[in-house]
Amino acid sequence: MYIIVVGAGKVGWNLARELLEKEHEVTLIEADRRRYLTVEQELEHNISYGDASELWVLERAGIQRADMVIAVTGDDEDNMLICQVAKEKYLVEQIIARVNNPRNREHFDLLGVKPSVSATDLILRLLEHEVPEYGLVHLLDLQEEQLEIIEMLLGKDCGVTGRRVGDLEMPEGSLLISVLRNGKGFVPGPDTVLEVGDEVLAVLDPGHEEQLKVLFGPAEGSQGNGAGG
Amino acid sequence: MLHEGHEVSCLDEDPESHARLEVGLEKSWEDLGGQFTVGAGLEIEALVAAGIEQADIFISSTDGDNTNIIIAQIAQRRYEVPNVIARVLDPLRAEWYQRQGLNTVCPTRVAIDMLEETVHQASGRAAGRA
Repeated sequence: MYIIVVGAGKVGWNLARELLEKEHEVTLIEADRRRYLTVEQELEHNISYGDASELWVLERAGIQRADMVIAVTGDDEDNMLICQVAKEKYLVEQIIARVNNPRNREHFDLLGVKPSVSATDLILRLLEHEVPEYGLVHLLDLQEEQLEIIEMLLGKDCGVTGRRVGDLEMPEGSLLISVLRNGKGFVPGPDTVLEVGDEVLAVLDPGHEEQLKVLFGPAEGSQGNGAGG
Repeated sequence: MLHEGHEVSCLDEDPESHARLEVGLEKSWEDLGGQFTVGAGLEIEALVAAGIEQADIFISSTDGDNTNIIIAQIAQRRYEVPNVIARVLDPLRAEWYQRQGLNTVCPTRVAIDMLEETVHQASGRAAGRA
Protein backbone atom coordinates (compact mmCIF):
# COMPACT_ATOMS: atom_id res chain seq x y z
CA MET A 1 0.00 0.00 0.00
CA TYR A 2 1.23 3.54 -0.71
CA ILE A 3 0.60 5.79 2.28
CA ILE A 4 1.25 9.53 2.62
CA VAL A 5 1.64 10.77 6.19
CA VAL A 6 1.52 14.54 6.74
CA GLY A 7 3.32 15.99 9.75
CA ALA A 8 6.58 14.58 11.12
CA GLY A 9 5.92 15.29 14.77
CA LYS A 10 6.11 12.51 17.35
CA VAL A 11 2.94 10.92 16.01
CA GLY A 12 3.80 11.19 12.33
CA TRP A 13 7.40 10.07 12.66
CA ASN A 14 6.59 6.99 14.73
CA LEU A 15 3.63 6.14 12.54
CA ALA A 16 5.77 6.37 9.40
CA ARG A 17 8.43 4.20 11.01
CA GLU A 18 5.90 1.50 11.92
CA LEU A 19 4.25 1.57 8.52
CA LEU A 20 7.67 1.15 6.91
CA GLU A 21 8.40 -1.82 9.18
CA LYS A 22 5.15 -3.35 7.98
CA GLU A 23 6.59 -2.99 4.47
CA HIS A 24 4.26 -0.29 3.22
CA GLU A 25 5.55 2.37 0.87
CA VAL A 26 5.49 5.62 2.84
CA THR A 27 6.13 9.31 2.17
CA LEU A 28 6.15 11.57 5.21
CA ILE A 29 5.70 15.29 4.48
CA GLU A 30 7.05 17.94 6.87
CA ALA A 31 6.80 21.73 6.46
CA ASP A 32 9.40 22.74 9.03
CA ARG A 33 12.89 22.69 7.53
CA ARG A 34 14.75 21.85 10.75
CA ARG A 35 12.37 19.09 11.71
CA TYR A 36 12.59 17.73 8.18
CA LEU A 37 16.41 17.61 8.35
CA THR A 38 16.31 15.80 11.70
CA VAL A 39 13.89 13.11 10.55
CA GLU A 40 15.55 12.83 7.15
CA GLN A 41 18.69 11.45 8.81
CA GLU A 42 16.69 8.36 9.69
CA LEU A 43 13.99 8.09 7.04
CA GLU A 44 16.10 9.38 4.13
CA HIS A 45 14.09 9.36 0.90
CA ASN A 46 10.89 8.47 2.73
CA ILE A 47 10.45 12.05 3.90
CA SER A 48 9.70 15.04 1.72
CA TYR A 49 9.97 18.72 2.62
CA GLY A 50 7.07 21.09 2.02
CA ASP A 51 3.68 22.43 3.08
CA ALA A 52 1.23 19.64 2.27
CA SER A 53 -1.69 22.03 2.07
CA GLU A 54 -0.11 23.25 -1.19
CA LEU A 55 -1.45 21.04 -3.94
CA TRP A 56 1.81 20.79 -5.85
CA VAL A 57 3.57 19.45 -2.76
CA LEU A 58 0.97 16.68 -2.53
CA GLU A 59 1.33 16.00 -6.24
CA ARG A 60 5.11 15.85 -5.96
CA ALA A 61 4.66 13.23 -3.23
CA GLY A 62 2.58 11.21 -5.69
CA ILE A 63 -0.85 11.69 -4.18
CA GLN A 64 -2.47 10.55 -7.43
CA ARG A 65 -1.39 7.00 -6.73
CA ALA A 66 -1.72 7.04 -2.95
CA ASP A 67 -4.01 4.47 -1.32
CA MET A 68 -4.16 6.31 1.96
CA VAL A 69 -3.50 9.82 3.33
CA ILE A 70 -3.05 10.35 7.06
CA ALA A 71 -2.92 13.96 8.31
CA VAL A 72 -1.43 14.24 11.79
CA THR A 73 -0.15 17.82 11.98
CA GLY A 74 -0.77 19.88 15.11
CA ASP A 75 -3.20 22.12 13.23
CA ASP A 76 -6.81 20.99 12.82
CA GLU A 77 -7.57 23.25 9.87
CA ASP A 78 -4.56 21.89 8.00
CA ASN A 79 -5.58 18.29 8.75
CA MET A 80 -9.14 18.93 7.58
CA LEU A 81 -8.07 20.69 4.39
CA ILE A 82 -5.44 18.11 3.44
CA CYS A 83 -7.86 15.23 3.93
CA GLN A 84 -10.68 17.01 2.12
CA VAL A 85 -8.45 17.73 -0.87
CA ALA A 86 -7.05 14.18 -0.82
CA LYS A 87 -10.51 12.67 -0.84
CA GLU A 88 -12.38 15.03 -3.16
CA LYS A 89 -9.71 16.22 -5.59
CA TYR A 90 -7.35 13.26 -5.76
CA LEU A 91 -9.97 10.58 -4.94
CA VAL A 92 -7.75 8.88 -2.36
CA GLU A 93 -9.67 5.85 -1.08
CA GLN A 94 -8.83 6.08 2.59
CA ILE A 95 -8.15 9.15 4.72
CA ILE A 96 -7.48 9.47 8.43
CA ALA A 97 -7.30 12.82 10.22
CA ARG A 98 -5.99 13.68 13.64
CA VAL A 99 -8.18 15.95 15.77
CA ASN A 100 -6.07 18.08 18.11
CA ASN A 101 -8.91 19.93 19.80
CA PRO A 102 -11.84 17.56 20.45
CA ARG A 103 -14.23 20.49 20.11
CA ASN A 104 -13.31 20.64 16.42
CA ARG A 105 -14.53 17.11 15.77
CA GLU A 106 -17.93 18.33 14.57
CA HIS A 107 -16.16 20.37 11.88
CA PHE A 108 -14.34 17.27 10.61
CA ASP A 109 -17.68 15.47 10.40
CA LEU A 110 -19.33 18.43 8.68
CA LEU A 111 -16.68 18.41 5.95
CA GLY A 112 -16.88 14.65 5.54
CA VAL A 113 -13.38 14.10 6.91
CA LYS A 114 -13.81 10.65 8.49
CA PRO A 115 -12.56 8.84 10.34
CA SER A 116 -10.92 11.32 12.64
CA VAL A 117 -8.85 10.35 15.65
CA SER A 118 -8.56 12.44 18.78
CA ALA A 119 -5.94 11.52 21.36
CA THR A 120 -7.76 13.57 23.97
CA ASP A 121 -10.95 11.61 23.38
CA LEU A 122 -9.09 8.31 23.59
CA ILE A 123 -7.49 9.28 26.88
CA LEU A 124 -10.85 10.44 28.23
CA ARG A 125 -12.41 7.11 27.34
CA LEU A 126 -9.54 5.23 28.99
CA LEU A 127 -10.08 7.37 32.06
CA GLU A 128 -13.78 6.58 32.05
CA HIS A 129 -12.93 2.90 31.76
CA GLU A 130 -10.44 3.02 34.62
CA VAL A 131 -12.80 5.01 36.82
CA PRO A 132 -16.12 3.18 36.44
CA GLU A 133 -18.16 5.41 38.77
CA TYR A 134 -17.57 8.06 36.14
CA GLY A 135 -20.59 6.64 34.33
CA LEU A 136 -20.83 4.98 30.99
CA VAL A 137 -17.97 3.86 28.81
CA HIS A 138 -17.93 4.13 25.06
CA LEU A 139 -16.69 0.81 23.77
CA LEU A 140 -17.30 1.31 20.11
CA ASP A 141 -18.45 4.08 17.82
CA LEU A 142 -19.72 2.91 14.48
CA GLN A 143 -20.18 6.35 12.93
CA GLU A 144 -21.02 5.16 9.45
CA GLU A 145 -23.40 2.53 10.75
CA GLN A 146 -24.95 5.02 13.18
CA LEU A 147 -24.53 2.75 16.18
CA GLU A 148 -22.72 2.89 19.48
CA ILE A 149 -21.97 0.25 22.06
CA ILE A 150 -21.55 1.36 25.64
CA GLU A 151 -20.81 -0.29 28.96
CA MET A 152 -22.33 0.67 32.30
CA LEU A 153 -21.46 -0.51 35.79
CA LEU A 154 -24.47 -0.76 38.09
CA GLY A 155 -23.56 0.89 41.39
CA LYS A 156 -25.12 0.60 44.85
CA ASP A 157 -27.45 3.57 44.34
CA CYS A 158 -28.41 2.49 40.84
CA GLY A 159 -32.11 2.81 40.05
CA VAL A 160 -32.50 -0.40 38.04
CA THR A 161 -30.97 -3.03 40.32
CA GLY A 162 -33.50 -5.55 41.60
CA ARG A 163 -35.71 -4.91 38.58
CA ARG A 164 -36.55 -7.21 35.67
CA VAL A 165 -35.04 -6.27 32.33
CA GLY A 166 -38.51 -6.61 30.77
CA ASP A 167 -39.82 -3.85 33.08
CA LEU A 168 -37.16 -1.26 32.24
CA GLU A 169 -38.25 1.79 30.27
CA MET A 170 -35.44 1.47 27.74
CA PRO A 171 -35.32 4.49 25.41
CA GLU A 172 -36.39 3.70 21.87
CA GLY A 173 -33.39 2.88 19.73
CA SER A 174 -31.49 1.11 22.51
CA LEU A 175 -31.11 -2.49 23.55
CA LEU A 176 -29.36 -4.36 26.37
CA ILE A 177 -27.17 -6.94 24.71
CA SER A 178 -25.26 -8.53 27.55
CA VAL A 179 -24.66 -8.65 31.27
CA LEU A 180 -21.31 -9.40 32.89
CA ARG A 181 -21.74 -10.83 36.38
CA ASN A 182 -18.95 -12.32 38.51
CA GLY A 183 -16.71 -12.51 35.47
CA LYS A 184 -19.24 -14.34 33.30
CA GLY A 185 -21.26 -12.86 30.49
CA PHE A 186 -24.75 -13.78 29.35
CA VAL A 187 -27.50 -12.38 27.17
CA PRO A 188 -30.29 -11.02 29.39
CA GLY A 189 -33.91 -12.06 28.85
CA PRO A 190 -36.99 -10.15 30.03
CA ASP A 191 -36.91 -12.10 33.33
CA THR A 192 -33.27 -11.34 34.11
CA VAL A 193 -33.07 -9.35 37.35
CA LEU A 194 -30.22 -6.84 37.42
CA GLU A 195 -27.87 -6.84 40.41
CA VAL A 196 -25.44 -4.38 41.97
CA GLY A 197 -22.03 -4.89 40.38
CA ASP A 198 -23.39 -6.02 37.02
CA GLU A 199 -21.68 -4.59 33.98
CA VAL A 200 -24.20 -4.20 31.22
CA LEU A 201 -23.55 -3.60 27.54
CA ALA A 202 -26.07 -1.72 25.44
CA VAL A 203 -26.20 -0.99 21.74
CA LEU A 204 -27.90 2.26 20.79
CA ASP A 205 -28.53 4.89 18.17
CA PRO A 206 -26.19 7.84 18.77
CA GLY A 207 -27.61 10.53 21.02
CA HIS A 208 -29.35 8.27 23.52
CA GLU A 209 -26.46 8.07 26.01
CA GLU A 210 -27.95 10.71 28.28
CA GLN A 211 -31.30 8.90 28.61
CA LEU A 212 -29.52 5.65 29.39
CA LYS A 213 -27.26 7.41 31.86
CA VAL A 214 -30.34 8.69 33.69
CA LEU A 215 -32.12 5.34 33.61
CA PHE A 216 -29.09 3.41 34.88
CA GLY A 217 -27.83 6.20 37.14
CA PRO A 218 -28.58 6.89 40.81
CA ALA A 219 -32.15 6.05 41.83
CA GLU A 220 -33.51 9.55 42.46
CA GLY A 221 -32.83 10.65 38.89
CA SER A 222 -34.19 7.48 37.35
CA GLN A 223 -37.91 8.09 37.62
CA GLY A 224 -38.36 8.01 33.90
CA ASN A 225 -38.74 11.67 32.94
CA GLY A 226 -36.58 10.98 29.91
CA ALA A 227 -34.21 13.76 30.98
CA GLY A 228 -31.04 14.92 29.30
CA GLY A 229 -32.02 15.02 25.65
CA MET B 1 -19.02 48.86 4.53
CA LEU B 2 -20.22 50.52 7.71
CA HIS B 3 -20.17 53.86 5.91
CA GLU B 4 -22.26 52.39 3.12
CA GLY B 5 -24.96 51.64 5.66
CA HIS B 6 -24.37 47.91 6.18
CA GLU B 7 -24.39 46.27 9.56
CA VAL B 8 -20.87 44.92 10.11
CA SER B 9 -19.69 42.47 12.76
CA CYS B 10 -15.99 41.64 13.15
CA LEU B 11 -14.59 38.56 14.85
CA ASP B 12 -10.90 38.51 15.77
CA GLU B 13 -8.67 36.67 18.22
CA ASP B 14 -6.79 39.82 19.10
CA PRO B 15 -8.61 42.50 21.14
CA GLU B 16 -6.09 45.03 19.75
CA SER B 17 -7.69 44.68 16.33
CA HIS B 18 -10.61 46.67 17.67
CA ALA B 19 -8.35 49.70 18.07
CA ARG B 20 -7.12 49.25 14.52
CA LEU B 21 -10.71 49.33 13.25
CA GLU B 22 -11.17 52.76 14.79
CA VAL B 23 -8.12 54.40 13.22
CA GLY B 24 -9.37 57.33 11.18
CA LEU B 25 -12.95 57.03 12.40
CA GLU B 26 -14.64 60.12 13.83
CA LYS B 27 -16.62 58.06 16.38
CA SER B 28 -16.14 54.69 18.06
CA TRP B 29 -16.78 51.51 16.05
CA GLU B 30 -19.83 50.67 18.19
CA ASP B 31 -21.24 54.22 17.97
CA LEU B 32 -21.18 53.86 14.20
CA GLY B 33 -23.20 50.64 14.49
CA GLY B 34 -20.37 48.12 14.29
CA GLN B 35 -20.03 45.00 16.38
CA PHE B 36 -16.79 43.42 17.60
CA THR B 37 -16.31 39.97 19.12
CA VAL B 38 -13.08 38.53 20.48
CA GLY B 39 -12.67 34.85 19.64
CA ALA B 40 -11.42 32.26 17.18
CA GLY B 41 -13.27 31.60 13.96
CA LEU B 42 -13.39 27.86 14.56
CA GLU B 43 -15.26 28.32 17.83
CA ILE B 44 -18.96 27.90 17.33
CA GLU B 45 -19.77 30.08 20.35
CA ALA B 46 -17.70 32.93 18.92
CA LEU B 47 -19.31 32.65 15.48
CA VAL B 48 -22.78 32.67 17.01
CA ALA B 49 -21.93 35.60 19.30
CA ALA B 50 -20.73 37.50 16.25
CA GLY B 51 -24.13 36.87 14.67
CA ILE B 52 -23.43 34.24 12.01
CA GLU B 53 -27.02 32.97 12.26
CA GLN B 54 -28.38 36.28 11.01
CA ALA B 55 -25.66 37.07 8.47
CA ASP B 56 -26.43 37.71 4.80
CA ILE B 57 -22.76 37.73 3.88
CA PHE B 58 -19.85 35.95 5.57
CA ILE B 59 -16.23 36.82 4.76
CA SER B 60 -13.32 34.84 6.18
CA SER B 61 -10.09 36.76 5.74
CA THR B 62 -7.71 35.69 8.47
CA ASP B 63 -4.02 35.34 7.62
CA GLY B 64 -4.39 31.57 7.16
CA ASP B 65 -5.65 30.10 3.88
CA ASN B 66 -6.71 26.80 5.40
CA THR B 67 -8.48 28.49 8.30
CA ASN B 68 -10.40 30.68 5.86
CA ILE B 69 -11.40 27.75 3.67
CA ILE B 70 -12.60 25.66 6.62
CA ILE B 71 -14.51 28.46 8.35
CA ALA B 72 -16.15 29.52 5.09
CA GLN B 73 -17.40 25.97 4.57
CA ILE B 74 -18.81 25.92 8.11
CA ALA B 75 -20.67 29.16 7.33
CA GLN B 76 -21.90 27.67 4.06
CA ARG B 77 -22.91 24.19 5.21
CA ARG B 78 -23.85 24.56 8.84
CA TYR B 79 -25.29 28.08 8.95
CA GLU B 80 -26.36 28.29 5.29
CA VAL B 81 -25.21 31.90 4.98
CA PRO B 82 -26.38 32.95 1.48
CA ASN B 83 -23.09 34.58 0.44
CA VAL B 84 -19.75 33.28 1.65
CA ILE B 85 -16.35 34.54 0.56
CA ALA B 86 -12.93 33.17 1.57
CA ARG B 87 -9.64 34.96 1.09
CA VAL B 88 -7.08 32.44 -0.19
CA LEU B 89 -3.53 33.57 -0.99
CA ASP B 90 -2.50 30.36 -2.76
CA PRO B 91 -3.83 30.53 -6.36
CA LEU B 92 -4.03 26.73 -6.77
CA ARG B 93 -6.11 26.20 -3.66
CA ALA B 94 -8.27 29.25 -4.47
CA GLU B 95 -8.97 27.94 -7.95
CA TRP B 96 -9.87 24.42 -6.87
CA TYR B 97 -12.20 25.47 -4.07
CA GLN B 98 -13.81 28.02 -6.38
CA ARG B 99 -14.64 25.14 -8.71
CA GLN B 100 -16.12 23.23 -5.76
CA GLY B 101 -18.62 26.06 -5.26
CA LEU B 102 -16.83 28.11 -2.62
CA ASN B 103 -16.44 31.76 -3.54
CA THR B 104 -12.74 32.58 -3.14
CA VAL B 105 -10.85 35.83 -3.59
CA CYS B 106 -7.15 35.41 -4.33
CA PRO B 107 -5.08 38.57 -3.74
CA THR B 108 -2.02 36.85 -5.22
CA ARG B 109 -3.90 36.20 -8.49
CA VAL B 110 -5.05 39.84 -8.56
CA ALA B 111 -1.49 41.08 -8.02
CA ILE B 112 -0.12 38.76 -10.72
CA ASP B 113 -2.76 39.98 -13.19
CA MET B 114 -1.99 43.63 -12.40
CA LEU B 115 1.74 43.07 -12.75
CA GLU B 116 1.28 41.25 -16.03
CA GLU B 117 -0.90 44.03 -17.34
CA THR B 118 1.71 46.61 -16.34
CA VAL B 119 4.47 44.59 -18.03
CA HIS B 120 2.40 44.29 -21.22
CA GLN B 121 1.80 48.01 -21.30
CA ALA B 122 5.46 48.77 -20.67
CA SER B 123 6.65 46.32 -23.34
CA GLY B 124 4.04 47.74 -25.73
CA ARG B 125 5.48 51.21 -25.22
CA ALA B 126 9.02 49.89 -25.63
CA ALA B 127 8.04 48.19 -28.89
CA GLY B 128 6.36 51.43 -30.02
CA ARG B 129 9.58 53.35 -29.52
CA ALA B 130 11.65 50.81 -31.38
